[in-house]
Amino acid sequence: MEFFRIRKDIPFMRHALVFNIVSLITFVLAIVFLSTKGLHFSIEFTGGTLMEVTYAQAPDLEKLRVKLEGDGFTDTQVQTFGTSRDVLIRVPLAKDTVTAKIGERVLASLAALPDAATNAPQLKRIEFVGPQVGKELASDGALALLLVVIGIVIYLAIRFEWRFAVSAIIANLHDVVIILGFFAFFQWEFSLPVLAAVLAVLGYSVNESVVVFDRVRETFKKKRGLTTPEVLNHAITSTISRTIITHGCTQMMVTSMLIFGGAALHFFALALTIGICFGIYSSVLVASPLVMWLGVSREQFAQPKKERPAGMTDDGAVV
Amino acid sequence: MNRYPLWKNILVVVALVFGLLYTLPNFFGEVPAVQVASVKATVKVDLQLMERIEGVLKTAGIADNGVFADANSVRVRFGATDTQLKAKDAIEKALNPDPTDATYSVALNLLSASPAWLTGIHALPMYLGLDLRGGVHFLLQVDMKGAITKRLDATASDLRAMLREKDIRHTGIAREGMAIVIHFHDADTQAKARDAIIDTQPAAVAGGGAKGLAAQPDLIIAEGGDGNDLRLTITLSEAAQRRVQEMAVKQNTGTLHNRINELGVAEPIIQQQGIDRIVVELPGVQDTAKAKDILGRTATLELRMVDEDNSTNPSVMDAAVKGQPPVGDEYYVERGGHGLLVRKQVMLTGERLTDAQPGFDNQTHEPAVHLTLDSAGARVFRDLTRDNVGKRMAILLIEKGKGEVVTAPVIRSEIGGGRVQISGRMTTQEAADTALLLRAGSLAAPMEIIEERTIGPSLGAENIKKGFDSTVGGFTAIAVFMMAYYLLFGLVSVLALSANMLFLVALLSLLQATLTLPGIAAIALALGMAIDSNVLINERIREELRGGSTPQAAITAGYERAWATILDSNVTTLIVGIALLIFGSVAVRGFAVVHCLGITTSIFSSVVLSRALVNFIYGRRKKLAALSIGQVWKPGITAK
Repeated sequence: MEFFRIRKDIPFMRHALVFNIVSLITFVLAIVFLSTKGLHFSIEFTGGTLMEVTYAQAPDLEKLRVKLEGDGFTDTQVQTFGTSRDVLIRVPLAKDTVTAKIGERVLASLAALPDAATNAPQLKRIEFVGPQVGKELASDGALALLLVVIGIVIYLAIRFEWRFAVSAIIANLHDVVIILGFFAFFQWEFSLPVLAAVLAVLGYSVNESVVVFDRVRETFKKKRGLTTPEVLNHAITSTISRTIITHGCTQMMVTSMLIFGGAALHFFALALTIGICFGIYSSVLVASPLVMWLGVSREQFAQPKKERPAGMTDDGAVV
Repeated sequence: MNRYPLWKNILVVVALVFGLLYTLPNFFGEVPAVQVASVKATVKVDLQLMERIEGVLKTAGIADNGVFADANSVRVRFGATDTQLKAKDAIEKALNPDPTDATYSVALNLLSASPAWLTGIHALPMYLGLDLRGGVHFLLQVDMKGAITKRLDATASDLRAMLREKDIRHTGIAREGMAIVIHFHDADTQAKARDAIIDTQPAAVAGGGAKGLAAQPDLIIAEGGDGNDLRLTITLSEAAQRRVQEMAVKQNTGTLHNRINELGVAEPIIQQQGIDRIVVELPGVQDTAKAKDILGRTATLELRMVDEDNSTNPSVMDAAVKGQPPVGDEYYVERGGHGLLVRKQVMLTGERLTDAQPGFDNQTHEPAVHLTLDSAGARVFRDLTRDNVGKRMAILLIEKGKGEVVTAPVIRSEIGGGRVQISGRMTTQEAADTALLLRAGSLAAPMEIIEERTIGPSLGAENIKKGFDSTVGGFTAIAVFMMAYYLLFGLVSVLALSANMLFLVALLSLLQATLTLPGIAAIALALGMAIDSNVLINERIREELRGGSTPQAAITAGYERAWATILDSNVTTLIVGIALLIFGSVAVRGFAVVHCLGITTSIFSSVVLSRALVNFIYGRRKKLAALSIGQVWKPGITAK
């Protein structure tokens, strides 16, 4: 089997402006959604109490809501989770009550419903997060993102060239913003695993850019007489089959998580799916034109690099 | 020719054997067990205890699957959960004949069913996080300000006693905010007091620096006021504050240990996190309310004098009931109903307590708690009782910041020896609870639960299943595709991927890193990303073939040229993993650990191990015509 039978280099760079305008529009849209709708943070960030309760028969959610409202829990969200018998209850942080006790009080309140005798609620999970923890998580997350960005820029600048580092990070941060935009637009819950997924995507799509850049560097060294756009076209074309196959494989794994992983892994897998799709797009069609516009040329690779990794052949060839 | 040197082949085989060995325990699963540990420092877990437990099980007619002992506990494995429960009751009854005074904690636990030789080489199953096994997680914040005010209260009490002893007359000493303030009528006494404090408190230093400049002053004394109202204001130095806070967190952690041990939870985790936080994880505990109750109980004892003049004055008492007690007094209701006024000044605290046991009063046969004081406490108590014969003292139990007068007896005579008994209107159960709480120690500072997570056991099992299904599903899909697309090289890639999984699980088992659901997701993702290296290699080999290389040369070139790319792309991914590891919270860290390990193992398995396999298959053939790597389409041939 062979999927990719490409006779000539595909002229990706001819349409570079179009690709970048498309991605700029997506990016701006994502920013707009983020600023107007905002992210729907999980209680891990906002603080509050989250309970998962399971019933033998599907309960009437409206009754639960009314009962909780009557018992003084305002702004409580009651919704089903996975099946109609599993109920998720979110109670926001209240200022003056002993917040750590809320879980028990909600459960007591639910158990006091008239039909609780035959259809008793059973606690599966309680999560309580105090206000100070949530704030720290948000700042730690931002710090982690910053550290990742700095680390990657430094590494790529050393291994390649600053132009590659800058374009890779711009392209990949744009992926991150777009994922966040999706989460804002659909108001999907942004939890800690999603944050982990977003950061993993950042690493993953940088990885993607690195593969293309490696080829660009190699082509500059090996093939003389090509213009910069031609070099880029050649590099992208010769790695495209690997790009599609690798991402296809990773996506198979992620799809499997979407199917079998249940509610707990749902948004994690979703964030990865979006990340993988835009990761391909951005590293191939955004990062490479950026490198071109930043003025990459053969001269930058003329001298043999000092830091040649083990295993690299004499002509400096890499994939 | 593609051959590995012998050492590389040996390395691959050793790595595989290691991987297999340490992955093995995960396949045996877990069996129900009962864990017995000592809760008293004087009682050691030894062979005798093991024999005793075996005897108990034999007489009760309960079959066990092996009894094991380590330094701290004896563990008995059982075939089924109901025998486990029966055995727990039998052992509990035999070892702790008096439930109010337990010597051993008997807890239900799960043990790895793997054979002893595996356990001997530290091959243990992966350590499952709470979200996979069920249990309770708490994050507690220690109130650092509370720790300091507590320390200041104690210092104020010391100074008060010292000034009285030296007969230096002050017009009041009290803690005001974060300082102790002593009032005087004249400057002479003020100076005397200041010198006395510097003399008796070696670490104290006067604000003017006149005398006793210690290297690291704990107490800083400042003079103030004028005319008839002169003051000495004493504050804790910053270094001392920090020390007090460090000690407070340490002591609270220790106290939590004691409390949880008394309750018999198998494998609890109690750890300091950051400067002022403590993490408590109780696997298997489902009853959060009870767990919280245990953690939150901050019982300590205080001994104070009763203000008898005011307590017998009806008008003062009326005002006190309404919330306006006289200055220096506090209003309490004694157990049994009488209100009384107790002086704020604390004569003795629970810190001086070395033991507390429930028992009965010798004369009245009422339930009682017998207390033993340390030598300093015994001396204070002797002086106190000698000086106050005929007066009433109050024994207060302070729980969660609220005090209760347990008893307020009249002092009949001097009591020496440091043995004190509290009795009065207690049930046997109350006496046992009070003793337990006092014995388990007091908290050096109040704590607050700032994060709580409870996961039911069924949810834990569900999470394992979901994580496992996702991984298997994705793995199968990738395996089928790779073999269809790259044929034999696809098979090699799949074998390398399986080896990667093996190494990852083995490392996680060996390091006993906590595996959480995000961790399982990271395993799946690591596999999904690890295949990238093999795709890179396979594509490169195809490309070399397309370019006209001989099969053997294509293999060599493919692996060599792919290596730099693999290295670069994995290092960037590793940077992300490490950032997550450093800055992530606990949940994210579970993901990051696996992510980082997965990247490392994938480099080895997809490059070194798959090369070894390819060398094994093709390396020795001199006349190799073609590679089984799927169709290699050459544009030059078909185009013409």
